[in-house]
Amino acid sequence: MHKRVVFNNRVLPYLLLAPQILVTLVFFFWPAGQAIYQSAYIPDPFGLSSQFVGFGNFEFLLSDRYYLASFKTTVIFSTLVTVLSMGAALWLAVMADRVIKGSSAYKTLLVWPYAVAPAVAGVLWLFMFNPNVGLVAWYLKAMGYDWNHVLNDGEAMGLVVVASAWRQISYNFLFFLAGLQAIPKSVIEAAAIDGASFARRFWTIVFPLLSPTTFFLLVVNIVYAFFETFGVIHTITAGGPQQATTILVYKVFSDGFVGQDLGSSAAQSVILLFVVGLLTVVQFRYIERKVHY
Amino acid sequence: MAEIALSNVRKSYGPTEVIHGVDAEIADGELIVIVGPSGCGKSTLLRMVAGLETITSGEISIGGRVVNDLEPRERDIAMVFQNYALYPHMSVFANMAYGLKIAGVPKAEIAERVGQAAKMLELEPYLDRKPRQLSGGQRQRVAMGRAIVRKPSVFLFDEPLSNLDAKLRVQMRVEIKTLQRRLAVTSLYVTHDQVEAMTMADRIIVMNGGNAEQVGTPLSVYNKPATVFVGGFIGSPPMNFLQAARLQASGLLRKVAATAGPAEALDTVGVRPEHLSFCEEGAAVLSGKLVIAEALGAETLAHVELDDGERMIVRVDGGREVPAAGARVHLSCGAEHLHYFGADGKRLPD
Amino acid sequence: MSGMVEKHGLGIWLTHLGLIIGIAIICFPIYMAFVASTVTQPEIARPPMPLLPGGHFIENYTAALTRGVNSPVLLMLFNSSVMALGITIGKIVISIISAYAIVYFRFPFRMAFFWMIFLTLMLPVEVRIVPTYEVVAGFGMLNSYTGLILPLVASATATFLFRQFFLTVPDELIEAARVDGAGPVRFFIDILLPMSRTNIAALFVILFIYGWNQYLWPLLITTKPDMNTIVMGIKQMFPSGDDIADWPVIMATTLLAMLPPVAVVIFMQGLFVKGLVESEK
Repeated sequence: MHKRVVFNNRVLPYLLLAPQILVTLVFFFWPAGQAIYQSAYIPDPFGLSSQFVGFGNFEFLLSDRYYLASFKTTVIFSTLVTVLSMGAALWLAVMADRVIKGSSAYKTLLVWPYAVAPAVAGVLWLFMFNPNVGLVAWYLKAMGYDWNHVLNDGEAMGLVVVASAWRQISYNFLFFLAGLQAIPKSVIEAAAIDGASFARRFWTIVFPLLSPTTFFLLVVNIVYAFFETFGVIHTITAGGPQQATTILVYKVFSDGFVGQDLGSSAAQSVILLFVVGLLTVVQFRYIERKVHY
Repeated sequence: MAEIALSNVRKSYGPTEVIHGVDAEIADGELIVIVGPSGCGKSTLLRMVAGLETITSGEISIGGRVVNDLEPRERDIAMVFQNYALYPHMSVFANMAYGLKIAGVPKAEIAERVGQAAKMLELEPYLDRKPRQLSGGQRQRVAMGRAIVRKPSVFLFDEPLSNLDAKLRVQMRVEIKTLQRRLAVTSLYVTHDQVEAMTMADRIIVMNGGNAEQVGTPLSVYNKPATVFVGGFIGSPPMNFLQAARLQASGLLRKVAATAGPAEALDTVGVRPEHLSFCEEGAAVLSGKLVIAEALGAETLAHVELDDGERMIVRVDGGREVPAAGARVHLSCGAEHLHYFGADGKRLPD
Repeated sequence: MSGMVEKHGLGIWLTHLGLIIGIAIICFPIYMAFVASTVTQPEIARPPMPLLPGGHFIENYTAALTRGVNSPVLLMLFNSSVMALGITIGKIVISIISAYAIVYFRFPFRMAFFWMIFLTLMLPVEVRIVPTYEVVAGFGMLNSYTGLILPLVASATATFLFRQFFLTVPDELIEAARVDGAGPVRFFIDILLPMSRTNIAALFVILFIYGWNQYLWPLLITTKPDMNTIVMGIKQMFPSGDDIADWPVIMATTLLAMLPPVAVVIFMQGLFVKGLVESEK
């Protein structure tokens, strides 16, 4: 994919690229380099000097009970968010695809939560489940269930998962609906004539044909849960209780800014860098495949 | 107004040479059609004249001025593209006016020149429309108009009619030709359609594999094709070819002077379909079986399979009776209608 | 799946019912926030809170906009607007010109620059928080709009989107423009830019939402309440310790924080969906 004709100009292209490259160098590559550099040092408590430790910070992290717990938390959190959000979205998309009348109205009513910031989503759900004033918490109490996510690990996790998934449903819904609408009607009609029931048609025809969309959304949702849910967690639980909802990104923040443990925070940044790299490669390979097929 | 001169023009992409030294002189006001199969380098040649491709070696001059290193806009040319290349977001007026605007022509004059062109091309009712609201023929006219308003000394046409349907193509062909006559602007016109070439050109350049095989008026190219390729390419249906040896016994062949090496020895004989005719067995030069006859009304094309399996096409007047399919037929031909080609594919001297 | 056989009768009504229930569940948190923003603090503090809106809408919203908790919401809305528009316009401008350079010119290190931009995909703010903070602090950009905007304006996604679009623009257009006498700058301004209008608009919608919803970055670099953006400012409105939060004002602020991006999505749904789909290609 190249242009047959191009302009010949020695200076202009560099001028055009300069702003982007400058911002990239100063705010992306320089900090990333700093993170890698700092990850090999431990600063003294007064910040006056620092000591070279090589992979010491990494060794420490990978044997650190709290860091490993955070890894596990991240995996559980991401899995739950992805499954819940994609499941709900698929269910809604299948229904919205079935109705013809009002389908666009349903779409409008379902897409807007995407515009809600994760932090705002956090506040909305926090309000309903606030142990003191929350309406849902109150009704749960009335039914005999003592809800308190401030103290209970599982409840805290549940709440951040629901709030994070809630906000992502619209995104998944849009892509699932588009995927469903792209499946040729004749294929489904042929299956219907073959006598397959709705459920059977769904699992044997529709779902396999939807698999490119599903795979794509899987990657997007994992990236979302890993990196973009910071706002949800910061507003609802602040990583608590006792780090029960401290995902990796939250830990970089809390160790770096709250705990002022710069070496460890930098090492964590570097590890996250690898995670993003991995996810990007997976996504990129998928994109490539999409282009070829 | 200007004449164009190409001298030993070559083009290479890396180590691959695609244009192998083309020479041509185009007189002021002449319409030259460059014709050839796809990939023969005709568009590349045109784009080199336009300044859209660099010239690897050789020289192109327009109006006596060497333009090798000039930008397109400095060459005083206008170009009509195959897909029209109209600016989709601009109105018809703005499309035609754009080049003038860049050249700093005063507004009143732009309006006047665009108005004139629009009138000439019957585009006046559409000046405010966007290209997507126009039909194919109208878009073609806008592309023409964009070229005309510039009052360039050279028009370049790159397959301008190939996106139109057959009927419109015939109509636009006449319009372009008439317009070019009227404006008397030197024009280079690229097409793969030999009918377009024959009908429009003052002179034709037939290209093949990066070489200009022949330059000449349509009739001279038709009547005296310089190579086997030209004979086969110009004319529909194409010229029939036979190994010269097959006609040895007929006594038709004239003596060919055995001048130089074996490349120039007589190898192939060509004959136009209209110069073959059905005859009695006694007078036959060739014999075979009539496979199928295509009656086109004014003429009938008879496909004949010779005894050795070679196919010939015979063009017969539409009113004439043609033998039934499957019948055994005999063909004759006047000796003066034979074209002689050497082993290198080149026409032998008359 | 619209070619389903069971299109009539009970099945379709159940489908509608299912959709309505789903939408009700999804909209419920917003509804509760709205109700909370129209009642008084004591009504919320004594659960269960009312299920229907009260009569204190104007009072609560006026309080939020003009007074807020730490700083007036009006000011936070202004800060958010500056940040969101700055990020959006900045990203679009620098991306479209760099895509133009990469597609329409040949020059040494072209691919190196391309890959440099591509690599930024792998470096979200969340990953490089501490060192980026230090760089920005080093430039003295804390508590400034520049500090809020500049580190977020590089965009691989937008650059790729424009590159993709430019590659679909027929070559003949640039040739026609060159024959018409247009140089690279004129071609960009007169032809390419107007042709990119829809793409720019779609990207604007997506990026505006992205910019408006930034949380971690403003949280780090704005320490003065009068530089708070609304999305991060909500959290600052909660009292530390056991004081009871001013829920009506907080919920009014929450709704105000959602309003601009949600309005953009609803009123520009076509462009929004286009932007979303294109930016994931």
